[in-house]
Amino acid sequence: MTRDGSLIRVSGLTREYRMGAETVHALRGVDMEIYRNEYVAIMGPSGSGKSTLMNIIGCLDTCTVGEYWLNGVEVSGVGDDELARIRNQEIGFVFQTFNLLPRATALHNVELPLIYAGVSAKIRRRCAAQALERVGLADRMQHRPNELSGGQRQRVAIARGLVNEPSILLADEPTGNLDSTTSAEIMGVFDGLHQQGQTVVMVTHERDIAARARRVITLLDGRVHSDTVREAA
Amino acid sequence: MPFREAIRLALQVIWNQKMKSGFSVIGVFIGVTFLIAVVSIVEGMNNYMTDRFAGAILGVNTFQLRRYPRLQIEDVSRETRRKWWRRPRISYEDARAVTAGITVPHRAAWESLTSEHVEYGGKVARDIEIVGTSEQYFAIKDWDIAEGRPFSQQEARTGQPVIVLGNELANRLFENADPLGRHVKIRKIPYRVVGVVESQGNIFGISLDKFAVAPALSPIKRIVAPPRVIDALVVQTNSVEDLQTAMTQTEAVMRSRRGLRPTEENNFSVETSEAILDFWGKINRILMLALPGLVSISLVVGGIVIMNIMLMAVAERTREIGIRKSLGARRRDIMRQFLVESATLAIVGAGIGIGTGLALAALVQATTFLPARVAPWSVAVGVLLGAGVGIAAGLYPASRAARLDPVEAIRHE
Repeated sequence: MTRDGSLIRVSGLTREYRMGAETVHALRGVDMEIYRNEYVAIMGPSGSGKSTLMNIIGCLDTCTVGEYWLNGVEVSGVGDDELARIRNQEIGFVFQTFNLLPRATALHNVELPLIYAGVSAKIRRRCAAQALERVGLADRMQHRPNELSGGQRQRVAIARGLVNEPSILLADEPTGNLDSTTSAEIMGVFDGLHQQGQTVVMVTHERDIAARARRVITLLDGRVHSDTVREAA
Repeated sequence: MPFREAIRLALQVIWNQKMKSGFSVIGVFIGVTFLIAVVSIVEGMNNYMTDRFAGAILGVNTFQLRRYPRLQIEDVSRETRRKWWRRPRISYEDARAVTAGITVPHRAAWESLTSEHVEYGGKVARDIEIVGTSEQYFAIKDWDIAEGRPFSQQEARTGQPVIVLGNELANRLFENADPLGRHVKIRKIPYRVVGVVESQGNIFGISLDKFAVAPALSPIKRIVAPPRVIDALVVQTNSVEDLQTAMTQTEAVMRSRRGLRPTEENNFSVETSEAILDFWGKINRILMLALPGLVSISLVVGGIVIMNIMLMAVAERTREIGIRKSLGARRRDIMRQFLVESATLAIVGAGIGIGTGLALAALVQATTFLPARVAPWSVAVGVLLGAGVGIAAGLYPASRAARLDPVEAIRHE
């Protein structure tokens, strides 16, 4: 792969938390590069730092020491508003617990990122509807989350993650709250998106989920333990 | 987030939590209700006082020459009162001299008042205001005559025992019979009824139609005032400028007749309807001074309630804030969302308060003699106060929401 394809580049990434008198070292110097159109799974036992890494990559959190380049722009050290803009434009999140707004319809939930991007109401509605169609929920747009099944909720979340056409789709244990059938279905959605050229980074601790990714990065104690790329079959 | 979006969202949240929203705006609601109702009533009274009260009691463009002020606006010390009592009364000669001394066009009438029973047949009307006056009194008071006629200049000059009755008095004594030409008795002396005055209505629930008017020189003079003096000389001009001239001339004539040196105070009083309006203005000012205090207390309380409700809302919706932040909401977006929400909440409260205040004013208007008139500025002030309280109360909760750490907020249960 060429340097031009590098979407994410982190080096010496360190993150410390102060918990009372103790300092917790969540990340102890992570170096890695993720390229455009990759499908990466980040694995590791709990406490290995994968959620922290995910939050930093997703610009929800910042590193204590280190560099983070996203799409050729240095992200470490930018201000709060700029981080919000990057989250809005470059990142699509999919969470384990869906994190939909309970009182809003599926359509409105998907519209949210566009609202913060300042897109006009008419275009917003059209884009959100298209995103829902992409995940197969064209007939559920006016439903609220409590009227949808777990799998459908996660599809809404994926549509919301996609609606701004982000550089990366970041998924944090996206099947953690789903049964195996629905999990397979959701993973099918991710596979499909990857095939359409979407860069996907997924945090998981399930091997069979990780197995679907082309590249698996394993973290242990805040460091990269292994980084394996499977050649396409 | 665009402003319109924020307002839509706020209204939705308020609507979803009607009960909680209702309780949280009670303070603002009460404050604004109070503001609108009180201002409407005060404004109505204001209007009423200027239009009717002063006019009905003193007449328009009118002043009175009296021994001492009839309307005591301020607390008068006993000493001042004693000084007033020592002043000479206004004599027939004073009145004639003043009338002769006024050069601008004017009407003048003597006025002496007392309260006495009026009898007809077996019926007695008690405590009727008896006026001893002259023929121009009717014009000054702007009275329309319902039946008969006012007494003439001739009758006034020669002191004929004729009388004009107020509407209610005439009805009470004669019921359906024709009063004209009949004789009513005051202190056993008969007076021939020549006219009945059109009803004047009432002010503050007191009838203005319980009076009888007779020539000042008729036998009435023995009961309305001591010999050869009157209570007041009433003068009316056509304009305010003429009124000023007439008052100055009156003062000059009186000072010279009383032989007052330039250093001495007037030992008589020249009183205009302005004095009554001043008096009202004073009450008005007191009300208007007390009002902001009362309104601001309820608004401060209302603001504190809203602030607490908003802090609760921020705590309850921490996760929502986290989600919004993860989707790209900036601090100012979150700040705006909560500020707009608390301002909308307060404005809705103020709006309901305005409605209730208007309804209250209308109710007072319909059921009591107190008039009410809605002041547009009070409605504007109500809305602005609501918005102000909402924004002030929302600042702290909104900034807390805006500063939440997205990672922690999104994990919040």
